[in-house]
Amino acid sequence: MTALSIRDLRVRFGAFTAVGGVSFDAADDEVHFLIGPNGAGKTTCVDAITGLVRGSGSVTMGGTELLGRSVQATARRGVGRTFQTASVFEQLTVVQNLDIAAGLHRRWPALLGMRRSVEPRVEQALRDTGLTELQDAAAGTLSHGQKQWLEIGMLLVQDAQALMLDEPVAGMSHDERVATGELLHRVKRGRAVVVVEHDMEFMRTFASRVTVLHQGQVLSQGSVTEVQEDPRVQEVYLGTAAQPEEELVHA
Amino acid sequence: MSITATGGTSRPTPDAAPRTPQRASASARGTGRTLPTGKALPTGKALLAGLRRLTGGPEVPGPRHAMIGLGLLALGLLVLAPMLLTDFRLNQLGRFICYAIVAVGIGLAWGRGGMLTLGQGVFFGLGAYAMAMHMQLADAELQGLAAPQFMLTFGADVPWWWEPFRSGLFTVAAILLLPAVVAVVLGLSVFTRRVKGAYFAILNQAMVFAFAVLLVGQQATLNGSNGLSGFQSFLGFSLYDPANRRAIYLLAAAVLILLVAIAWWMMRSRFGELLVATRDAEERVRFLGYNPALIKTAAFATAAVMASIGGALFVPLVGIISPAEIGVVPSIAFVIGVAIGGRATLFGPVIGALAVAWAESSLAETFPSGWSYLQGLLLVLVIAILPGGVASILTRFRPRDGGPGSDHPHDSGQPDLRDLPDQPDQPGHSDRADHPTQPDLTVQEGDRP
Repeated sequence: MTALSIRDLRVRFGAFTAVGGVSFDAADDEVHFLIGPNGAGKTTCVDAITGLVRGSGSVTMGGTELLGRSVQATARRGVGRTFQTASVFEQLTVVQNLDIAAGLHRRWPALLGMRRSVEPRVEQALRDTGLTELQDAAAGTLSHGQKQWLEIGMLLVQDAQALMLDEPVAGMSHDERVATGELLHRVKRGRAVVVVEHDMEFMRTFASRVTVLHQGQVLSQGSVTEVQEDPRVQEVYLGTAAQPEEELVHA
Repeated sequence: MSITATGGTSRPTPDAAPRTPQRASASARGTGRTLPTGKALPTGKALLAGLRRLTGGPEVPGPRHAMIGLGLLALGLLVLAPMLLTDFRLNQLGRFICYAIVAVGIGLAWGRGGMLTLGQGVFFGLGAYAMAMHMQLADAELQGLAAPQFMLTFGADVPWWWEPFRSGLFTVAAILLLPAVVAVVLGLSVFTRRVKGAYFAILNQAMVFAFAVLLVGQQATLNGSNGLSGFQSFLGFSLYDPANRRAIYLLAAAVLILLVAIAWWMMRSRFGELLVATRDAEERVRFLGYNPALIKTAAFATAAVMASIGGALFVPLVGIISPAEIGVVPSIAFVIGVAIGGRATLFGPVIGALAVAWAESSLAETFPSGWSYLQGLLLVLVIAILPGGVASILTRFRPRDGGPGSDHPHDSGQPDLRDLPDQPDQPGHSDRADHPTQPDLTVQEGDRP
């Protein structure tokens, strides 16, 4: 079943075309990687899908058109995202951060009440991300990796059906990357996970499916092996076809 | 994000043992360090820590500390002050309490919500004039006059929009609802266009300036720049009787305590947490499905109603309301007390407003023109040295949790001037190369649906 379907997505900033007709499907139970060199339009794609920038074309989830909705309306439809630089509410504790993310499932009068206990879905997200012991720490005191996990935890609490993650492992140590990759594969059940990433090793280890963008266009799509063997991908990453494998790793 | 952050935002963990997300095997159990907390305080600092908790600090005080604080405030204002002060001083304190009521709202909107409300004079004025009109009409009725004295002097009739204010009920409703409606209309139109920071503050200033000019122009209906004064009764009780004046003082003090309690509740509730989240990362809140404009408007409207209540109580206590009381300068003065006391705390704004008003009137008695300079100096000093207000001194001297290698890079003090316009609250996007010509989202939003 296709969770998120992107068809001919275009984003223009004045005369500059950042995304020029991108189409791909992000299926449930898959970790779909969006890769490409700088300026390929990866983040802009995510921005357009989540309503941050205006795009044309079509983005549907479960048959509902998402384009043209505000950011908050898109979020309420079940699209969640994280950011390149983890943006959590630094003055609030981990639990407070997650509780705010759970607001989607509450009616507004609940805002007037106090947060007396930890909701089950918040507790579950704490366990999934391994932040249980840090639940009362201010989010600003977390390490970079922990902030990314907290953001992923917020997506889980939101119960987003499509998770858009923008470079979740940038700046993480090797162990943290592995842990993050495993986390993504645990949370993908019943959800479409889209990951924008530069780290090729991370991509090769954890991608179920890959879409390569180049200059706002889809260059190649398929499994990790298919994409790696695609000569056009090798050319974009290298300029020549020499030593594709090694360079792809270093890219 | 915060100016005072000592570079701790994205530093790698020093002792790199990563706290990994729990593996399926759960082997990581117990590897997560518990954070060192300031539990084991040396006894000498215990008092300081207690004080810090009482004044709120950046966190909202818990129920016990809030109760103690409210109790002390009630003891001071409702018991001690009436016992110890002369009628004149008590009445003066009543005036300060009106400013403190405005300050509670500003603390909520500015301290917790990041909206620098430099135009609270408008709402203060709405409440004050509503009350003054009611009292003028009531006085005229008691004296058997057809219209308030100043209108008779002008030879004017009571205008139609004065008529409803004969009813006390309508007046109370107007005091509560009129500022709310104005604030909601203004807030929605401004916040949905993402006007914030200094632009919002300037807009407020312009609004209060226009309001004062409007009032001055209403010579025949609101007595222009002289304002409304000469009141003789409040709710049918004579204002010349000291006992009645005392009762009005007690009413104002009780209202202040009630409003602080409401502010505490709002800070403590989920709304309060969401408001702080919106202040610190407005765009992020959007991605969680909330509309930040609604959240900010709610806080702004609450502050407006509180300012209006302060204005309404000001009139029977002070006996006059004129454009000079609500213009640009008084609106700035409302904010100064809050800034000095500590805007993000629960009791800081109240204490700051009371202290500044007290300092103003006692200094003005000795050095009539010196106060303005001192007031300006105070504001500059607070912004430069103590952006969190005096309440943050206590936070500042808090022992650095855990000593060296502490995990608390942010605890060094209250942040910042979050309301300054250049504060980037747009998340993500460190990689600008991805879309070089993308317009800056915080500035240009005209093309939004």
